[in-house]
Amino acid sequence: MNLKSLNIPVIDFVGRRKYAMIFSAILLIVSIASIGFQGLKFGIDFTGGTLIELGYEKTADLEGIRSKLASADFKGANVQYFGSDTEVLIQLEPQSTSSAKLSSSIIRMLGEGIDVRRVEFVGPKVGEELTNDGGLAMLYALIGILIYVAFRFEYRFALGSIAALVHDVIITLGVFSLLQIEFDLTVLAAILAVIGYSLNDTIVVFDRIRENFLATRQVEPGSIINEALNQTLSRTLMTSLTTLLVLFALFYLGGEVIHSFAGALLIGVVIGTYSSIYVASSTILAMGISKEDMLPSEKEKKEIDARP
Amino acid sequence: MNHYAAWKNALIVFFLFLSTLYALPNLYGSDLAIQITGTGDYIVEDSDLESISSTLKENNVDFKSIKINSNNILVRFNNSQSQLSSKTLLKSSLSRNYVVALNLAPSIPPWLGNLGGKAMSLGLDLRGGVHFLLEVDMEAVVSTSLDRYYNELRTALRKDKLYKKIRKEDNRLVVSFNSEDLKDKAKKVIKSDLPDLVIVEGSELELELGLEVSSSAQSAAKSSALKQNITTLRNRVNELGVAEPIIQQQGSERIVVQLPGVQDTARAKEILGAVATVEFRLVDEQNDVQTAIQSGKTPSGSAVATVEFRLVDEQNDVQTAIQSGKTPSGSKLYQFKDGRSLLLKTTVIATGENIVDASSSVDQDNQPQVSIVLDSSGGRTMLETTKEFVGYRMAVVFIENQVETIIEDGVAVKKRSKTQDIINAATIQGTFSNRFQITGLDSSREARNLALLLRAGSLSAPVEIIEERTIGPSLGADNIQKGFISVLVGFALVLVFMAWRYRVFGLVANVALTLNLITIVSILSMIQATLTLPGIAGIVLTVGMAVDANVLIFERIKEEMRSAKDIQKAISAGYEKALLTIADANITTLIASLVLFSFGTGAIKGFAVTLSIGIITSMFTAIIVSRAMINLIYGGKKDKELAI
Repeated sequence: MNLKSLNIPVIDFVGRRKYAMIFSAILLIVSIASIGFQGLKFGIDFTGGTLIELGYEKTADLEGIRSKLASADFKGANVQYFGSDTEVLIQLEPQSTSSAKLSSSIIRMLGEGIDVRRVEFVGPKVGEELTNDGGLAMLYALIGILIYVAFRFEYRFALGSIAALVHDVIITLGVFSLLQIEFDLTVLAAILAVIGYSLNDTIVVFDRIRENFLATRQVEPGSIINEALNQTLSRTLMTSLTTLLVLFALFYLGGEVIHSFAGALLIGVVIGTYSSIYVASSTILAMGISKEDMLPSEKEKKEIDARP
Repeated sequence: MNHYAAWKNALIVFFLFLSTLYALPNLYGSDLAIQITGTGDYIVEDSDLESISSTLKENNVDFKSIKINSNNILVRFNNSQSQLSSKTLLKSSLSRNYVVALNLAPSIPPWLGNLGGKAMSLGLDLRGGVHFLLEVDMEAVVSTSLDRYYNELRTALRKDKLYKKIRKEDNRLVVSFNSEDLKDKAKKVIKSDLPDLVIVEGSELELELGLEVSSSAQSAAKSSALKQNITTLRNRVNELGVAEPIIQQQGSERIVVQLPGVQDTARAKEILGAVATVEFRLVDEQNDVQTAIQSGKTPSGSAVATVEFRLVDEQNDVQTAIQSGKTPSGSKLYQFKDGRSLLLKTTVIATGENIVDASSSVDQDNQPQVSIVLDSSGGRTMLETTKEFVGYRMAVVFIENQVETIIEDGVAVKKRSKTQDIINAATIQGTFSNRFQITGLDSSREARNLALLLRAGSLSAPVEIIEERTIGPSLGADNIQKGFISVLVGFALVLVFMAWRYRVFGLVANVALTLNLITIVSILSMIQATLTLPGIAGIVLTVGMAVDANVLIFERIKEEMRSAKDIQKAISAGYEKALLTIADANITTLIASLVLFSFGTGAIKGFAVTLSIGIITSMFTAIIVSRAMINLIYGGKKDKELAI
């Protein structure tokens, strides 16, 4: 089958994989360096602490609030506008008097007639548990996926998809670290969703690679993979586009609470699209996938025979 | 070729009809309402309905309807003014056997309600409200149960004077004996009478025995403390008047409390976390307070959160006690909030446990007061005491146990504190038994809270709020609006994009997508899942990803068209070849969202639920429903071109 005669644009993805590898390596190094040196700016979900969002009728006087807090001895309070200048976000690190009562006393001190929009208090122990649970969840998700892909395809495919996932997660975290965007529970959820999405993309490409390995007489793995990438390219781009469209809607219209969630997904979807084209397939190619590996076992043979 | 059998089409239509029907309730708005439920085991009856409705009519309140449901009475209103005024009215006219709470009642037409149609319930982040995670101080529970066994052990061994001394040491009781013989006898008694006490291995010295509470008895004590606390919290929440509260055990030592629509969150926090109670004691008038202070002995006691009524020690002089440096036996030193000291008799006349009713009001001088009604045993003791001690002073002691987690050198440590303040000490003017007033409270707010806490009962072990998430009503409304708009805009963008890219097929995909959205909503409504903002995000994401299945199919059909040039073959090959890929891709996403669900807390769970449901329904709509439509449009046609 000649792709050119079918009007499918042929892009030499595989031939350019060296550039992609350099590009990925740079992104990964920068991300890991930033995570290592600068760290993530964890929100109170993980660190514990108190967060208060207040709504004022007129423009809020940040300096006034800060000096009031300072004079009442609330150490390390971070006061900033949130969304607009009538809304104020006060964040307090866990301190010696960390308790649910803290927020009440601050609200009482700042005076009457303020709209209390949101109060969050996370005890130090809870934050610690969430951090552990979050890490575990990520690990379980990866293991579950690894098993499924190894079962459905072949171990090299499983490793290829995990390589792509780790690549996506590290770079997304790297962006959060570089820009020092707050990393809270919703962002963690978004990262787990990115894992799901990126995998979805990778699986579609892998499926096509396997199909092509079985369907053509051609034996050179590089060109088979390249053909599969080209065949799935328009689907990959279309799906990313529709997903990005709704994410933009969430990002701009969903409100402040959902903002960083949508942001994490936006970054993740872009990186995930790129990695399903370059990282996942380059990995299986580098691990020396060949037509023989694809020859179906007895059980799978029946399945494929049953296909029209 | 490319025909679905009539029964298959009929089944698809039937499914879609059902999901549309059960998604419908969400289109109807909700009425402002008041919900009246019975407290405890009491269930509202028809007679309650009549009396409520006549009360409202008598006071010319304008209400829309009144209806009795399985366990509540729902009154609907046209405006918030009449809703609020009715709440005040009903609260004062109904006895304490009823909970009167503001609520929003979905206004679903009766025919739909009869079919079981329900609207999605909105999460706290969308309707406003409070979420608390409370942790019960289990160390205190264990130590209290050790105290109880201490007393029981003493009683058991006292009969035959078996023991020499019993002391508490860490988490064990250490008994010392005069002889081996007595020790052996004691062991037998313990084994038969107190099976919950076990001998600590290696603690058996020559004439000593270390005992601890068995682990099964400890966990029984813990779980009963947790259950008792849940009951008390439920009583308190009922007192606050919250519609549809959630009070649930989470894990072995935590309790989740969710109060939708609560406006005064500060008060809710005060009430829930409070482990306060009162005691009534006599003032020790004979002994001197200052001595006691200097001796450095502070009163000890293990009562968790109670009010005491004690007699004032009238015989002993406070000043003498201070100088001599000793607290006279039979008395304990207590302080007023302002620091003044008073010696009180150790015997407690009555505690919060004896209180059956309490209400706050103001006395003739406009000072806040709490009226108390004691149970019969409390009333009897009170009568005897007041008869004997006319002219003496009786003190009301307010006891509060607190537990807080503080950070010390970067490590979280539990800090327990107990405050025991004398609220007032008044001279007993004459005898009284079970009805009297407590005065000397700082504010009417304090009086109100105290009355509420006394009515609802005390917590059996101190609790600490370890997590709070409060969403004010204004942010809730904002979240709904923003969530709704972002779904709408995201959805519209995808529709336009798909129609532009895939023409007729795009329109088919759009219909499938719309049906997918309806199906998600209907399933969420049917299983009564709670819709949260992250849940909406999950729906939005599903919209973006659900079209993926159609994109896969359509791209495949396009490919097949290039080589086959037969539309019928292209369509069926496109669907079939894409099927396995779609399944693979969706199952992996499903794995990720199931992991999210199993680990997640509230917010993340909501996201995982809608995402999982969306993935499954999208398989139905994007593959089966879209195929049915394509079959209807192109099935059997001999066209050479597809509008794709």
